[in-house]
Amino acid sequence: MTQKTAGGDVRLSGISKTYGSFTAVHPLDLTIPQGSFFALLGASGCGKTTTLRMIAGLEDPSTGTVFLGDKDVTDLQPYKRPVNTVFQSYALFPHLDVAENIAFGLRRRGIKSYKKQVDDMLDLVQLGAFAGRKPHQLSGGQQQRVAVARALINHPQVLLLDEPLGALDLKLRRQMQLELKRIQTEVGITFVHVTHDQEEAMTMADQVAVMNGGRVEQLGAPAELYENPRTTFVANFLGTSNLIEAEVVEAAGDDTVVTCGGAKLRVPGDRCVSRPRAGGKLLVGVRPEKVSVAHADDAGAIADGRNRITGRIVASSFIGVSTQYIVDSPACSDFEVYVQNIERDARLTPGAEVVMHWNPDHTFGLDADQDIDAGVETVEESA
Amino acid sequence: MFAIRWIRRNLVVIAGLLTLAYMILPNIVVMVFSFNNPKGRFNYAWQEFSLDAWKDPCGVADLCGSLSLSLQIAAWATVGATVLGTMIAFALVRYRFRARGAINSLIFLPMAMPEVVMAASLLTLFLNMGAQLGFWTVLIAHIMFCLSFVVTAVKARVMSMDPRLEEAARDLYAGPVQTFLRVTLPIAAPGIAAGALLAFALSFDDFIITNFNAGSTVTFPMFVWGSAQRGTPVQINVIGTAMFVIAVLMVLGGQLVASRRKNNAQPK
Repeated sequence: MTQKTAGGDVRLSGISKTYGSFTAVHPLDLTIPQGSFFALLGASGCGKTTTLRMIAGLEDPSTGTVFLGDKDVTDLQPYKRPVNTVFQSYALFPHLDVAENIAFGLRRRGIKSYKKQVDDMLDLVQLGAFAGRKPHQLSGGQQQRVAVARALINHPQVLLLDEPLGALDLKLRRQMQLELKRIQTEVGITFVHVTHDQEEAMTMADQVAVMNGGRVEQLGAPAELYENPRTTFVANFLGTSNLIEAEVVEAAGDDTVVTCGGAKLRVPGDRCVSRPRAGGKLLVGVRPEKVSVAHADDAGAIADGRNRITGRIVASSFIGVSTQYIVDSPACSDFEVYVQNIERDARLTPGAEVVMHWNPDHTFGLDADQDIDAGVETVEESA
Repeated sequence: MFAIRWIRRNLVVIAGLLTLAYMILPNIVVMVFSFNNPKGRFNYAWQEFSLDAWKDPCGVADLCGSLSLSLQIAAWATVGATVLGTMIAFALVRYRFRARGAINSLIFLPMAMPEVVMAASLLTLFLNMGAQLGFWTVLIAHIMFCLSFVVTAVKARVMSMDPRLEEAARDLYAGPVQTFLRVTLPIAAPGIAAGALLAFALSFDDFIITNFNAGSTVTFPMFVWGSAQRGTPVQINVIGTAMFVIAVLMVLGGQLVASRRKNNAQPK
């Protein structure tokens, strides 16, 4: 589906945006391949919407250039760009009915035979029966689909979506995520999707750019970002990570050996962001679902060669498919573990002494000179 | 017991009807007396039913002349105040400029100031400028005091308007002119219409400011006031009734159109 034709890529070259002394977007280079579903992910105020608006032409970049294919569109007015936007609040024209809203773009370009296209578009978003209704007579999900149809009917080179699902409730949001993905596959247009919801970005996008403080922290496919975060922000913002500050003991071979709170852990050298030095510090991370928990009495049964940390369960919560434990250990005071509820060990209750162990290959190493909690609160806020 | 319960249950309706009656009664009296055939010059006591006045509404000297003058002034004052007021309202909501706050409060001044004071000061101004009192001075005065009402009505509408709508229009290939004509104006229209109607009504029946600044020109309210000193011709009631009926018909027509549009919007 993701055909790579350089002719239709969106290319941002050194674009930035400053308002007075505030820098919303730091100089940024980004290439969005034609036909891809691309997500700009970040907390509110990270500059993702400003970036989107600069592609749309609704915001003038302070520096830099916006290319659509080989064409420099930086100085082009929004109504002259082959780009359309689905706005956060939908921004449907309240005085026009659904069909008129959808036909708006075609009619402004003087296309006379818009009726058939409007009907086709109404079918695509499954709103054929609502053509004569005014926007305020529609539900949130229906309004959202009208907004998508109104933009898509123009066959833009790029469709920009600014938090299009933010106003919908959770169930409808899931449904619309699949719907949007279906439409994108069907029409094959490049979608650039701005969202603060990491799950949404990972479910829908082929490529995700995680933004923080006006900069792109990391860019990649969802699985790549999740497995190999390069900063604490990405590690914490996408899902949950257990990050432990550790001392590097040995960095000679393929594996780096670190100690923290008396435990010795191994980190594959190629999963460290920068080459660790013996005696230096390293932030060691592991995802909660990669970790197993064993009761301290069974510690002998754990295979050799696995990373292990001992601790005491502080809290456990049963979520149905899994149980989440929070474990206090000398290395880390709130180590999170998600255990699938296949065979539940009745001894694993708060207060129990446990050993947490995992395959060292699932460990990643981050530079120690960053805020270990970056991106943590924002996740909770958006949940 | 039963009566008390009935009253309690229908109190809202009763209060509503009483209020309505209180407001409409004067209009009904005017209407009824437009069919009177008074003895003498004053139309204050019912004598007998007659259609004479309705058959000849312009039968009184200068009445229709003053009416047409008032309609003209009201029409031009409405146009002037609506155009200026709409632009001021957009400027106040959309742009940040020096003295914006001051203008925001000054625009309310004509509403708050006693009309007599404003009338007298305007007259002073016109006399000092050596202006010839008449149609133009009245028109200028009317535009001035209608302006604040138009600004207030339009401002409320523009403030509640989502600025993203215009961005959406620009995003959908509408240039600045198209955006204004296709999106901004239609959405602001109810506010502009409300302002215009207010302006027309205010200008048409203004007496105090007009009386000060009209010179020898006589508008309809001035004519009514003047003739009331010497006796009230039935034709005044005829004109009043006709205006009332036209206004009611316009409101009914507007509601009919609105409800039909709403019905059309239902799914077929």
